[in-house]
Amino acid sequence: MSVGWNREQMAARAAQDIPDGAYVNLGIGIPELVARFVPEGREFIYHTENGLLGMGPPPADHERDLDLMNAGKKYVTAMPGAAYFHHADSFSMIRGGHIDVCVLGTMQVAENGDIANWSTGAPGAIPAVGGAMDLVQGVKKIFVITQHTTRDGAPKLVERCSYPLTGPGVVSRVFTNLAVVDVTPGGFQVVELAPNVTFEDVEQHTGATILPPA
Amino acid sequence: MIDKRCPSPGEGVADIHDGATVMIGGFGASGSPIELIHALIDHGARNLTVINNNTGNGEVGLAALIGNGQVKKMICSFPRSSQSKVFPRLYEAGEIELELVPQGTLAERIRAAGAGIPAFYTPTTVGTVLAEGKETREFDGRAYVMEPWLKADFALIKCETADIVGNLTYNKTARNFSPLMCMAATTAIVQARHVVAAGGIDPEHVITPGIFVNRVIEVPSPVHEDELIAAGRSYP
Repeated sequence: MSVGWNREQMAARAAQDIPDGAYVNLGIGIPELVARFVPEGREFIYHTENGLLGMGPPPADHERDLDLMNAGKKYVTAMPGAAYFHHADSFSMIRGGHIDVCVLGTMQVAENGDIANWSTGAPGAIPAVGGAMDLVQGVKKIFVITQHTTRDGAPKLVERCSYPLTGPGVVSRVFTNLAVVDVTPGGFQVVELAPNVTFEDVEQHTGATILPPA
Repeated sequence: MIDKRCPSPGEGVADIHDGATVMIGGFGASGSPIELIHALIDHGARNLTVINNNTGNGEVGLAALIGNGQVKKMICSFPRSSQSKVFPRLYEAGEIELELVPQGTLAERIRAAGAGIPAFYTPTTVGTVLAEGKETREFDGRAYVMEPWLKADFALIKCETADIVGNLTYNKTARNFSPLMCMAATTAIVQARHVVAAGGIDPEHVITPGIFVNRVIEVPSPVHEDELIAAGRSYP
């Protein structure tokens, strides 16, 4: 009996909550998989920070264009109706509130919507932030896809982030392998449980108070 | 008739002085002006402050400039990547400085310099360690952090087509920071795959107007960082 959602199923579940016609920015990792699971009858327009709106799937090797990459430095394609622009315009779309949904991976999310996904703060580590702090402050809705716990079993949904914040109070919904969880004024609230997962399972693996499905 | 053509990358970068601040266009490999960077390595100017989104890959281009000991400080948003070895080694040895700037703030600071705006307020970094020590102010009930403009003495830029008066077009996502850097640098030095006569670019299609460009160098078959790395190349 399989318990919970795998990476693809988490991405597919997140895609269900993105409305038709949305302008969407996908972070690197599991969030990238969301593009494979656009629900029937919907169209999403993908933005990538390095200057492309209307990003399409990866090209076949022989169709690769060395000047057409995404923010993860991977080769991509441009859909009919795409547009190219410079970085200040790209981040005007982000910071100016023109992008509808951003789906990010994370190290930690707190019950007040704080997110920490750029640095462990370890001494000597090379800090690298990219566009994460702009995205969490500017995009209308911040979704997070993440395993419910770290590889060592430590909860990633916590009372307060112990890692340096990317942004305070910005996350609205979290998609994990165990559940869909909303950040509400009252804290974490389970919206939906993954197959064969009980609320008690979720509670046990969460590092904060979490409310059962309403 | 104005003619901004310059015969070679070497002559294009000849007056870059020790201690100069140099913006380099490109986002990772796309849009990286490899020929101009290699000319700057040949030229040898040192103690440079370099502004780019990243810190280069492999042992070519920006990574080679850093590896050659010419850069004292990097201003960038993302100094790590799977193929970035040179900067991490020098940083961990304390031999290079880093100013970490979120990507959108980096772009806007460069744009602001080109637009004559000494500072602006942004929501980016509010409530994080990167806002510590910076002036914050509320507008309409929300907090914003003040960020200063970011100027440079020189910009090294790659474009697709330039005309002889300095109007530029780019190719796809190779555009990225380049139009902003042309505006923000005292001297913008551009390598172009094609150089055409005035009138050779439809004015409606100009991305960077020639007023922001000082020198145009034709590099008809520019090398690409990813291909150099795949071929195991290093520079010099």
